[in-house]
Amino acid sequence: MDKKKTVNLDMKQYGMVLVLIAVFVIFAIMTGGKNLSPANINNLIMQNGYVVILAVGMLLCVLTGNVDLGVGSIVALCGATVGILLVDYKVNMWIAIAAALLIGLLCGMFSGFFISKLGVPPFIVTLATMLMGRGATYTMLQAQTKGPLPTNYTFIGAGFLPTIKIPFGDGTLDLVCIIVAAVASVLIVASELKNINTKKKYGFATNPVWQVAIKEVVILFIVWAFFYKLARYNGIPFVLVVMGFLVALYQFITSKTVAGRQIYALGGNRKAAQLSGINTDKVFFWVYTNMGILCAVAGIVLSARNAAATPKAGDQFEMDAIASCYIGGAAVAGGSGTIMGAVVGAFIMGILNNGMSLYGWSTDIQKIVKGAVLLGAVTVDLLSKRKKG
Amino acid sequence: MSDNILEMNHITKEFSGVKALDDVNLKVKRGEIHALCGENGAGKSTLMNVLSGVYTYGSYSGDIVYNGEVCKFHSIKESEAKGIVIIHQELALSPNLSVAENVFLGNEQTTVKGVIDWTETRKRAQEMLQRVGLGDEDVNVPISTLGVGKQQLIEIAKAMAKKVELLILDEPTAALNDEESKQLLEIMLELKKQGITCIIISHKLNEISYVSDSITVIRDGHTIETLEKGKDDFSEDRIIKGMVGRELTNRYPEREGVKIGDTIFELQNWNVYHPDDANRQMIKDVNLQVRAGEVVGLAGLMGAGRTELAMSVFGRSYGQKISGTVKINGKEVHLKSVKDAIDNKLAYVSEDRKTYGLVLIDDIKRNMTMAALRNFFSKKGVVNGNDEIVSAEEYKKRINIKANSIEQVVGSLSGGNQQKVVLAKWMLTQPDVLILDEPTRGIDVGAKYEIYCVINELAKAGKAVIVISSEMQEIIGTCDRVYVINEGAIAGELTKEEVSQERIMQCIMAHNRKGE
Repeated sequence: MDKKKTVNLDMKQYGMVLVLIAVFVIFAIMTGGKNLSPANINNLIMQNGYVVILAVGMLLCVLTGNVDLGVGSIVALCGATVGILLVDYKVNMWIAIAAALLIGLLCGMFSGFFISKLGVPPFIVTLATMLMGRGATYTMLQAQTKGPLPTNYTFIGAGFLPTIKIPFGDGTLDLVCIIVAAVASVLIVASELKNINTKKKYGFATNPVWQVAIKEVVILFIVWAFFYKLARYNGIPFVLVVMGFLVALYQFITSKTVAGRQIYALGGNRKAAQLSGINTDKVFFWVYTNMGILCAVAGIVLSARNAAATPKAGDQFEMDAIASCYIGGAAVAGGSGTIMGAVVGAFIMGILNNGMSLYGWSTDIQKIVKGAVLLGAVTVDLLSKRKKG
Repeated sequence: MSDNILEMNHITKEFSGVKALDDVNLKVKRGEIHALCGENGAGKSTLMNVLSGVYTYGSYSGDIVYNGEVCKFHSIKESEAKGIVIIHQELALSPNLSVAENVFLGNEQTTVKGVIDWTETRKRAQEMLQRVGLGDEDVNVPISTLGVGKQQLIEIAKAMAKKVELLILDEPTAALNDEESKQLLEIMLELKKQGITCIIISHKLNEISYVSDSITVIRDGHTIETLEKGKDDFSEDRIIKGMVGRELTNRYPEREGVKIGDTIFELQNWNVYHPDDANRQMIKDVNLQVRAGEVVGLAGLMGAGRTELAMSVFGRSYGQKISGTVKINGKEVHLKSVKDAIDNKLAYVSEDRKTYGLVLIDDIKRNMTMAALRNFFSKKGVVNGNDEIVSAEEYKKRINIKANSIEQVVGSLSGGNQQKVVLAKWMLTQPDVLILDEPTRGIDVGAKYEIYCVINELAKAGKAVIVISSEMQEIIGTCDRVYVINEGAIAGELTKEEVSQERIMQCIMAHNRKGE
């Protein structure tokens, strides 16, 4: 028998998750556990759904070594489209949604065209779409808020999946949440076991059993705590479904598909990617087109949650999305970063916002803290890489 | 006191427990040219970084005696103040600044504190250029308008401006052609007359034996020996013996049992114009054929158009108004993009692996499969990660890539191993025709040998291999047949029996005369 190869878990990989937990615990102490309430956990999801959706798309832009500044404006533009169609023209909800997605797609293709075909730097192109999109939104809405939007539409942003509630303690417990948590647990453990088996099959080093066990226990604890809180409130918000689906989809695209690999190669070394048969213009085009579609999704979720389309909607969302990617460990030069990192980054920002609001800090102070966190996270990341190199 | 300007005694330097240098001793006499030889990773650069203060005093053990006093450098600034200047392989010039500005980069000529004295700057820049044989150059033009060879000389001028006493040159001729290299070596001999001591690191052993007075050989972090001109044998074979620890009787492995088959790659009436200037013809009516199992060389001087030729064929990656036909396996193909070229079994290994070949921040595995991912490692756009790992492991073993694992980042590999990764990347696309552009540039003798073995293996497998190289020895040693390229056209074709350095030069000369 050959000796079993083992290697310690790379803690750096989980560094930001630990920060996330730490921030959450700090606010739990500061607010006397207010942020742990079922209603607040639910709020966290509903308030940050759109940031996560945008961060996922933004990560692809960041992987190419660029950003999309037009995100917030396109979100507002797509929201306005829905608002006008639903309130003024009373069209079918699905047609309004399709129209918003189309607008998002066209905006994305517009940026993509200038970036890939004409070679204009993305920073400039999206700075322009930021101004143009915002202007178009104000013009369309005549600087007025359009609302209220019908309830069948607001379900997207504020609704819940069907529940099976049973009395529990001093409230109720939703069994659907518990079932979802159970299924998720089985899947998580199964995928870890499969992962270990694959590693053994190929003779790769595996992590020590106790470390894997701790990791799994922590993950399962978070999953169960999270779904328990949701179960005590109103069940699973529809936004969580949208978010979960998109995160899973993009995690798959970036890690397991040729298209995803091409984005990383392009970001790492554009010339080498070109000479390896990668059509870099095409990659750029689709990355920005994709961002446009996700802006539309975020615009729909946001307007549904607010039950209205406002011209100021989505202001500075691009900054939140960009910050999420960088806090999540993506490289400014491109070529490195993960979807899960961006999601964790988005939640760190979200938990900060939420916790500071609960604690009673003004939005002015919140901005200072968020800026400091972004700067701190990226600085620590850079320093730790430098030490290693 | 001895006449040594520099003595490095018992230098030991560890990187997280691994000894990169182990009790290394180096003694450099005043006014000599001292060469430092060793394979990649032997510790030459580490030693020079210890000397120049990149690795600060205290991070290594042993001592540095310079001009008779023990030195404890904490930064490059401190070593430069003593007159030790190192010129790295990658040029440290700012392309858009003028020649004069570059000469005094970081060492600006100022009047009142902080204000640049332009008259003085230009005057002194001119003086420095004079000393490196560039007296005719205009000091006001941007440095990017000069060729690499001249830029290298300006690096030396820059060092002179810092009142250098001990000049260290790390691979100064790696990017230069034979003529430019020659000029640089002459300048070194000139500097020697002016009393400047030089340490040169180079893989080009013929240059070392030509220019240097003594040679210190380093292997695996140990000093092996120091050879002195006049006393010891200075032949290339003798130096190689010290570097690799054994006699490398044949630097070019024999190709045995290769059956040369039918023509599988053919280029007819190939014409290409400059990408920025539609009237400037870069490639003129090139016709060539390569047969299965054959290794064909493209010889010529730097700038003859060989890379341009190869890249224009490879999915029109260079030039405009391209005309002519490409035939692969007897069939005419239209290669409009790199993807077309890969799909039609053509591979091109670029001359510049860092810029055009690798994603340096990514790992070995992903770099290896970058070009082949679409055709061989995915189904409906989804990557088969397991196949990828198996193939990467197989090639790592097969062409002997020295790395901890296939997950190692390629930026941390030595040049030779990086080159092997690029080769693996293109072998994985399962090509029938491979164009290897400067396949052994900047890598050590041992790694070169291994790459020649790979070339032989490819030929044995019935591939058509085209080797582009500026080292004529390499072309002569590896190729079955040679096309001499000059000014974008074929100046001659030589068989293995005919080819020699003289014949290649004769072809070029004859072609030049015809052109006049």
